[in-house]
Amino acid sequence: MKYVDEFRDRDRAKSLVKEIAALVSEIDIAKDRPIAIMEVCGGHTHSIFRYGIEGMLPKEIELVHGPGCPVCVLPMGRIDDCVAVAEQPNVICTTFGDAMRVPGSRKSLLQAKASGADIRMVYSPMDALALARKNPNREVVFFGIGFETTMPSTALTILQAEAEGVTNFSVFCNHITIVPTIKAILDDPDMQIDGFLGPGHVSMVIGTNPYEFVAHYYNRPMVVAGFEPLDVLQSIWMVLKQIKDGRAEIENQYTRIVPEEGNAQALDAVYKVYELREFFEWRGLGSIEHSGVRIRDAYAQYDAERKFAMPHLKVADPHACQCGGVLKGLIKPWQCQVFGTACTPETPLGALMVSSEGACAAYYQYGGIKKQAVAS
Amino acid sequence: MNVIPISRAKRRLGTVSVPNVTLAHGGGGKAMKDLIDDVFISVFDGEGASALEDQARIDLLSLTKLGDRIAFTTDAFVVDPLFFPGGDIGKLAICGTINDLAVGGAKPLYISCAAIIEEGVSVDLLRKIARSMAETARAAGVRIVTGDTKVVHKGACDKVFLTTTGIGVIAECISLGVDRARPGDVVLVNGLLGDHGAAILGARGDMALDSPIVSDCASLHGLIADLLKAAPNTRAIRDATRGGIATVLNEIADASGVSISVDEEHTPIRPEVKGFCEILGLDPLYIANEGKLVAVVPPEEADAALRALRSDPLGQDAEIIGEVGRGEPGRVTMRTVFGGVRIVDMLVGEQLPRIC
Repeated sequence: MKYVDEFRDRDRAKSLVKEIAALVSEIDIAKDRPIAIMEVCGGHTHSIFRYGIEGMLPKEIELVHGPGCPVCVLPMGRIDDCVAVAEQPNVICTTFGDAMRVPGSRKSLLQAKASGADIRMVYSPMDALALARKNPNREVVFFGIGFETTMPSTALTILQAEAEGVTNFSVFCNHITIVPTIKAILDDPDMQIDGFLGPGHVSMVIGTNPYEFVAHYYNRPMVVAGFEPLDVLQSIWMVLKQIKDGRAEIENQYTRIVPEEGNAQALDAVYKVYELREFFEWRGLGSIEHSGVRIRDAYAQYDAERKFAMPHLKVADPHACQCGGVLKGLIKPWQCQVFGTACTPETPLGALMVSSEGACAAYYQYGGIKKQAVAS
Repeated sequence: MNVIPISRAKRRLGTVSVPNVTLAHGGGGKAMKDLIDDVFISVFDGEGASALEDQARIDLLSLTKLGDRIAFTTDAFVVDPLFFPGGDIGKLAICGTINDLAVGGAKPLYISCAAIIEEGVSVDLLRKIARSMAETARAAGVRIVTGDTKVVHKGACDKVFLTTTGIGVIAECISLGVDRARPGDVVLVNGLLGDHGAAILGARGDMALDSPIVSDCASLHGLIADLLKAAPNTRAIRDATRGGIATVLNEIADASGVSISVDEEHTPIRPEVKGFCEILGLDPLYIANEGKLVAVVPPEEADAALRALRSDPLGQDAEIIGEVGRGEPGRVTMRTVFGGVRIVDMLVGEQLPRIC
């Protein structure tokens, strides 16, 4: 494929891996601890497994799969709320595909669909708005999830609905923001991350400036990275180079997509439609201050939380589930007590097993090779 | 061959005059008989079709001349949309059943067809489907010899569901099995993967992609016969339908207690399908095919097998994609174009598109 194959070139990969190995040999590494680099975004996790990148790296590098899979961090209570809305008689509930399997305390959206709720998979919130136009006598609710990557498209859809005067459309807003979450991870006393691969698509919207605190206050290097395998390798090299040079800066590897200042139009729509919530609940990480957004009063008529009665119950994560430890990089997926036994992609206990971007599902599906090497 | 085909009589060809199927067409009376006669029997291969029986009768002797085992298979078809680039539910049902027989090494001979029809479906639509089944069967030298129809209430099924059952005969010399793969064997596919699944997703139109991808729906028995002639010690053949080649490779690795490694670079996928999967976050290894097979052959017959496949239009893009090894039994791995190695596991449920 044109413009894609160039970023998957085997020979370039080989020479990059060599350069990474050379760099690692020059870094003073504590014997008992590898260099831990966290990829914040689930898209990176997917690329790492899809192309077998982890197995190509020197053993001194450990990749920690971070919290940047928006499906994975959805708490059960929010799924329960969405199911409750979807089960109301006149509602068509619309959602992105991989949110369908996330377990709620009673059922997932997939199970709710099987028992009769009208739940449909869409590829864009605009598809949901089109459904609302086509079904003026039904209430169409869009299950809005995702970081800043998907936030603007939901905002623009709300603005579009307003412009057209569509009244039977609303959004159950579960959009979350990445920066407070990175901060929460950095503040964790158990934190052992040496550097970060920054999220590429989020940064396309917000730019690279919001991450400056990672370098300034926490003294950790971060490289905003693209999603093709060569992007990932090059970004790892850039993080290592900073570590070797004793620098901590925010660098941008994904310059072909990410402008330093972000996308002004997208940000305008975001600020117009949403405001920060005091707190938002994350699966595995608990409540994080200012980490989610809600729809502003001016657009209240498009806010499903105000339009429909919802249980709004807080549901604790399953006791045996160690998603939090995995998300913070404290344990590897296979070190979780229920990995592959009580928690599998067929019957996920924790959300990390649900989406193919979730660290546990990725290990279950694609992993194993490095894991075996580590175990043996 | 002494076959007394077609279960119901062709004495008087009734005609259906109403435009849509109603519950009356499932009631067992004249309306039903007219529907069956007009829509189905009139186009199915009616040679000697004058029997008044409820079953097709097949002469045993004629079967035993062809081999020593009967292959018997059944499959249900519920595709949406009913018509898609490269095929329709009728062609799909016939090809699917032929392929299920052929991958066991059988010569496909007879097919039965049951249709479940939702009331309100247009009779012309049924005619088109029946004609497509008849043409596909005729081209493949297979006969549709018995069948049934049921009409159900609106909403009880989605327009038309078909169930086809097939019978074929396996020659004495052929012995294929998914448990027969051995370390050192090579793994082949007969062409570009993922076309059918991508064509169906594109044809559903709910993602506004103007995709030029055409389903690969085809009968593979001729190709398989040529393959078995060229590589008589072929260990296993599977058609890679739902779940794609990833599923088939896992089934073979599992049943044979071997590992299989495939090379992404040699796995043929057309750029349009790759692009389609990139956009939707799907993995082409798990996308359905309807005219693709995976064959495991011993190394000394690999070249002959590849030549045989490539000399047929249905196998012109055939490739050796990997080999059987002594690694962890049941494990399928892929060397990626990038140079890494990943595990190719069974798909857990439906492949759901990723959000970002």
